[in-house]
Amino acid sequence: MRIVVTVKYVPDATGDRHFADDLTVDRDDVDGLLSELDEYAVEQALQISENSDDDVEITVLTVGPEDAKDALRKALSMGADKAIHVEDDDLNGTDALGTSLVLAKAVEKAGYDLVISGMASTDGTMGVVPALLAERLGVPQVTLLSEVWVEDGTVTGRRDGDAASEQLEASLPAVMSVTDQSGEARYPSFKGIMAAKKKPVESWDLSDLDIEADQVGLEGAWTKVDSAAERPARTAGTIVKDEGEGGKQLAAFLAERKFV
Amino acid sequence: MAEVLVYVDHVDGAVRKSTLELLTLARRIGEPVAVALGNGAADTAATLAEHGAVKVLTHEAAEYADYLVVPKVDALQAAVEAVSPAAVLVPSSAEGKEVAARLALRIGSGITTDAVDLEVGDEGPVATQSVFAASFTTKSRVSKGTPVITVKPNSAAVEAAPAAGAVEALAVTFSVQATGTKVTARTPRESTGRPELTEAAIVVSGGRGVNGAENFAIIEALADSLGAAVGASRAAVDAGWYPHTSQIGQTGKSVSPQLYIASGISGAIQHRAGMQTSKTIVAINKDAEAPIFDLVDYGVVGDLFDVVPQLTEEIKTRKG
Ligand SMILES: Cc1cc2nc3c(=O)[nH]c(=O)nc-3n(C[C@H](O)[C@H](O)[C@H](O)COP(=O)(O)OP(=O)(O)OC[C@H]3O[C@@H](n4cnc5c(N)ncnc54)[C@H](O)[C@@H]3O)c2cc1C
Repeated sequence: MRIVVTVKYVPDATGDRHFADDLTVDRDDVDGLLSELDEYAVEQALQISENSDDDVEITVLTVGPEDAKDALRKALSMGADKAIHVEDDDLNGTDALGTSLVLAKAVEKAGYDLVISGMASTDGTMGVVPALLAERLGVPQVTLLSEVWVEDGTVTGRRDGDAASEQLEASLPAVMSVTDQSGEARYPSFKGIMAAKKKPVESWDLSDLDIEADQVGLEGAWTKVDSAAERPARTAGTIVKDEGEGGKQLAAFLAERKFV
Repeated sequence: MAEVLVYVDHVDGAVRKSTLELLTLARRIGEPVAVALGNGAADTAATLAEHGAVKVLTHEAAEYADYLVVPKVDALQAAVEAVSPAAVLVPSSAEGKEVAARLALRIGSGITTDAVDLEVGDEGPVATQSVFAASFTTKSRVSKGTPVITVKPNSAAVEAAPAAGAVEALAVTFSVQATGTKVTARTPRESTGRPELTEAAIVVSGGRGVNGAENFAIIEALADSLGAAVGASRAAVDAGWYPHTSQIGQTGKSVSPQLYIASGISGAIQHRAGMQTSKTIVAINKDAEAPIFDLVDYGVVGDLFDVVPQLTEEIKTRKG
C-alpha cells in the first residue's frame, strides 16, 4: 500500500507572526516548523504501516519554499520512507484552491492508495485542503477522524461532529484527515534522525506537474486580501488581587457591565 | 435585486442560530434564498421566512444523512445553477467549510472561510477575517466567480425581517462521488441542557487549574448562575476532565460571546485563537504573570477554588 502524507511547513505559532508587504504570510522573520497538526497525520501513517501485514510505503509531500525541507526531514526522522518537495518561485501566495491543485497533481504523479492530511494548518487554519484534494482526485473524503482503521482496502473511522459522532467508511483509494485526538505523535529517535539523512528527497517544480504559473501563486489566487491590520491591543483591564473579596468584586464588575 | 444563497444548518427542521445570522448578512448583499436539505427540510421554512428568506429551496433524500459531505455539495451546486446568486453563504462549521470548499472548486469560484463580518464592496462582498489567533484582522474578497463565504457563529445579530419564504423543491441529481463515504452509524451528542457553546452569549471555561473532573462542578455552577455554556482548555480535555466537544481553541471550538470567563487557564496562543474575539474577557488565575491577563477586561489574581464559588453565590444573591 502506498500512503502519501501531505505536510506543511508553517511559521511557529508562538512567534510573532505577521504579513509581508504583498499581504502574504511573512516567512522570513519567524522560525518555521512542521505543522504540529501534520505530525498526527505522519503518526497515523506509521501506525497503519505497523499494523498492516502488507508492505506499506510512506511518502511525505510538501509544497513550499526551500526551508520546507525541514518539515520533510522531521517527518522522515519520525519514520516515513521518502519525501517529495514541490518548490517553485511561482508558488508564492498560492491560496488553498491552488495548493490543492499542486498537491493533487503531485499525489497522482507519486502514485497512492491513501492520502493522509492533518486536520488544518496551524497558520491558515482553513481546514479545507483535504476536502479539496478529494474533490480533485475524485476519491472518497474521510476527514476529521479521531480514530482510524485501515483494513482490506477499506478505511473506517470516527468523526466527532457538532451534532453527532459519526462512524465513516470508504474504500481505497481515499483522502483521509486526522485530528489531534487521533493519538500523540511520536518523537523522532536518535536512530530515526540519523536514518532520515539517508532517505531520498525528490524535488519537483511546476513543469514536472504540468501546472502553468498563472494557475497558482498570488496572481492565480481566486481571493484577494485587500488589507491586513494588527488588532489593536486590548485596553488594559482592571486586575485585582483576591484578598478574600475577589469573587464579590468580580460580580460587581459583571453587574456594572449588565451581565448580572 | 441579486439573490444570495444561504445554506441552512438544521437538525430535523430546527434551524440553528448561525443560519439566522447568515440571513442578516445576506440581506446586506441581496435577497436571501435559503437551501435546506435532508430530513425536515421543509419544516425550516417558517423560521427562515421570519428572518428574511424570500425563497426556501428544499430537497429531502436519505443520501444527506447516509453519506458524508458530497450530496450536500451536489445540491448546492444545483441551487447555484438554478439561481445564479451574487454569493453563497455557509455557516463555518467543520462540515460547512468542507461543503463550501468543494462547491467553490466545482463552480470555479474563490472561497473565503471563517468571516466574522461581511459588507458590500464595489467589487462584491468584502469579508473580514481574524487571523493568526485573532492578532490580525484582514479584509478580503473573492476575485473569481461567485463568492463562496463561510461565516463564523456570532458574527451578526439575528434580526426579524419577515419575507415570503416560498418553499420550492430543488431538483438534485447526485454525482458518482456522492456515495463515496458512508456514514455507518451516528451517535447524537447528548444535550447538556446548557446553551450551545458556539452560540452562547456567555461562556464559562476551565483549564488545568480546575484540577480534576469532579471539580468542574464549580465551573458548571458558575455557568448555570449566568445561563452560560461551559468550555474547557485542551489541557483539561486531554486530562479527561471534560469532553472534547467543549474544547475551546485552535483545534476545538471557536467562540465569540459577549462575555468569556476563563478560570485556571494560562492563555496559550492556541487557546486564544478560539476566544480572543470575545467582547468582554474575564480571568481568574493564581499566577499574576499568566498571559491570559493581557487580554482581560477584568482579572482576579487568586485561587479559583475561593473566587469562583464566591462569585457564583454573589451572582445568585444579586439575581435574587
Ligand atoms: C497544534 C496545537 C493545537 C492546540 N490546540 C489547543 C486548543 O484548541 N485549545 C487549547 O486550550 N489549547 C490548545 N493547545 C494547547 C495549548 O498550547 C496549551 O497547552 C493549553 O491551552 C494549556 O491549557 P491550560 O491553560 O488549561 O493549562 P496551563 O497552561 O497548564 O495553565 C493552567 C493555569 O491554571 C492556573 N492555575 C492552577 N491552579 C489554579 C488555581 N487553583 N486557581 C487559579 N488558577 C490556577 C495556573 O496559574 C496556569 O496559568 C494546542 C497546542 C498545539 C501545539
